[in-house]
Amino acid sequence: MNIETKLGLDVFKIDTEPHIIIDQQICRSCEEKYCLYVCPGKLYSINRETGDMEVDCSGCLECGTCRIACVHGALDWNYARGGFGVQYRFG
Amino acid sequence: MTDADEEKVEVVVVGAGLAGLSAAYVLAEAGIDTVVVERGDYPGAKNVTGGRVYMHPLRHYLPDLWDDAPLERYVTRETITMMAEDSSTAVTLDTERFREQPYHSYTILRGTFDRWFGDKVAEAGAFVLPKYRADDVLVEDGRVVGIVMGEEDEIRADVVVAADGVLSLMAEKAGLREPQQPKHYAVSAKEVIELPAKSIEERFNLGSGEGAAQLYFGALTKGMLGGGFLYTNKDSISLGIVVGIESLLEKDPKIEVHDLLEEFKSRPEIRNLIAEGETVEYSGHVIPEGGINAMPRLYSDGIVVVGEAAGLGLNMLLTVRGMEFAVASGVMAAEAIKEAREKGDYSASSLVRYEELLRDSFVLKDLQTFRHILGFMENPRLFNYYPQAICDIFTQLMWIDESPKPNISSTVIREALGKFVNWSTVKDAVGILRI
Repeated sequence: MNIETKLGLDVFKIDTEPHIIIDQQICRSCEEKYCLYVCPGKLYSINRETGDMEVDCSGCLECGTCRIACVHGALDWNYARGGFGVQYRFG
Repeated sequence: MTDADEEKVEVVVVGAGLAGLSAAYVLAEAGIDTVVVERGDYPGAKNVTGGRVYMHPLRHYLPDLWDDAPLERYVTRETITMMAEDSSTAVTLDTERFREQPYHSYTILRGTFDRWFGDKVAEAGAFVLPKYRADDVLVEDGRVVGIVMGEEDEIRADVVVAADGVLSLMAEKAGLREPQQPKHYAVSAKEVIELPAKSIEERFNLGSGEGAAQLYFGALTKGMLGGGFLYTNKDSISLGIVVGIESLLEKDPKIEVHDLLEEFKSRPEIRNLIAEGETVEYSGHVIPEGGINAMPRLYSDGIVVVGEAAGLGLNMLLTVRGMEFAVASGVMAAEAIKEAREKGDYSASSLVRYEELLRDSFVLKDLQTFRHILGFMENPRLFNYYPQAICDIFTQLMWIDESPKPNISSTVIREALGKFVNWSTVKDAVGILRI
């Protein structure tokens, strides 16, 4: 089962504002780009046109792995606002 | 909320997980004015476990709570499986002690359990406020005096209980914790897979209501610190994988956690157990594994830190623990707050009582005892060499073909000497003695 299908099983209440803000300047100078593969939802990607790092907050599991893995401090990371984001039914 | 600026309570708890709800329950029972702020739609909406909970410590700290608790199955079969590339060796413990009441451990789903617990806490008299995210601690004259929510709302309190989970932004903002390091944390990905109760009981050799707990280590994490887990719920299976974040960062070639989980699911040991099951949820969670070396300061003026927010988790390889630490720490924080209230003193010199209670309990004693275990588990041989060696010996013993079979003792002794007596393994054995 691919990751998009898996995330499609979860209940998300999608906010219009992203809860993770990426500092592109720090990202550009980062060689490792750990965020691209540590996220269990595979939500980080590089925009082909702009070269910017992007994160799809609407499928965020709010685990915080990227916050810990981004050793360069490029993430202004917060949880989804109250009443938004993933709502686990089983947990 | 209206007139939030004027709001003042005795205790505000940030986070309706096991630690926060346990603290709130004890405080509310004592008639203390308590608010629990939860960012999810309901308690449990943001909470993830493997999971299984050990009941004896819970019954000790919250004796009255458990009769109608929505737990899943009581665990009667414990299995540890060492996985090599294309073989595995499992050890199962089935003891009558697991069938004696009160039961030793239960599988659990937090979406169900925490929601129920939240209702219990509300019945006890605390106010549980869902859909509100605490954004900051409110600090005046160097002491914490409440929390800030969004642009305008705040709740003032004599004391804040930071029960906001493993990342604890509250502890960080109160200056109690340094930035978190990858080496002290693991990431977990889990699926809940629905199966009829009857199928679960047949596949895992369980009586009605009985449950299985299975841990896996070895080739499934490709030499990285971590392992797999499987717990049987009433009519679902919780199946997941855990990998140390630092191991994952250093892994070359790169691999992703959800791919590891898919590979794990496709192994013959697992795929037959979950066949015809339907995945109904996918979750991710960070687990504190740094033990006593990675804990934040547990208290300061007007604030205490409990549960995973306090780094209270322990991977003991054969058992993985956290929820009983959460409940115990929540209860002890509440006890310390009750004493502080009697003295009318919520300063650090009064709330130090919380840390004293923790130190005298199994929580910090176990974390202290197992302080070297993470260093021991960082050894990749544990996850590649040993499971492979054990599976190779068993394969030699079990395999029959047309050539004459050497006798068992010579097979075992020759293989064991070859595989388990060399410089690396002796060094590892000395490592075990330090745990």
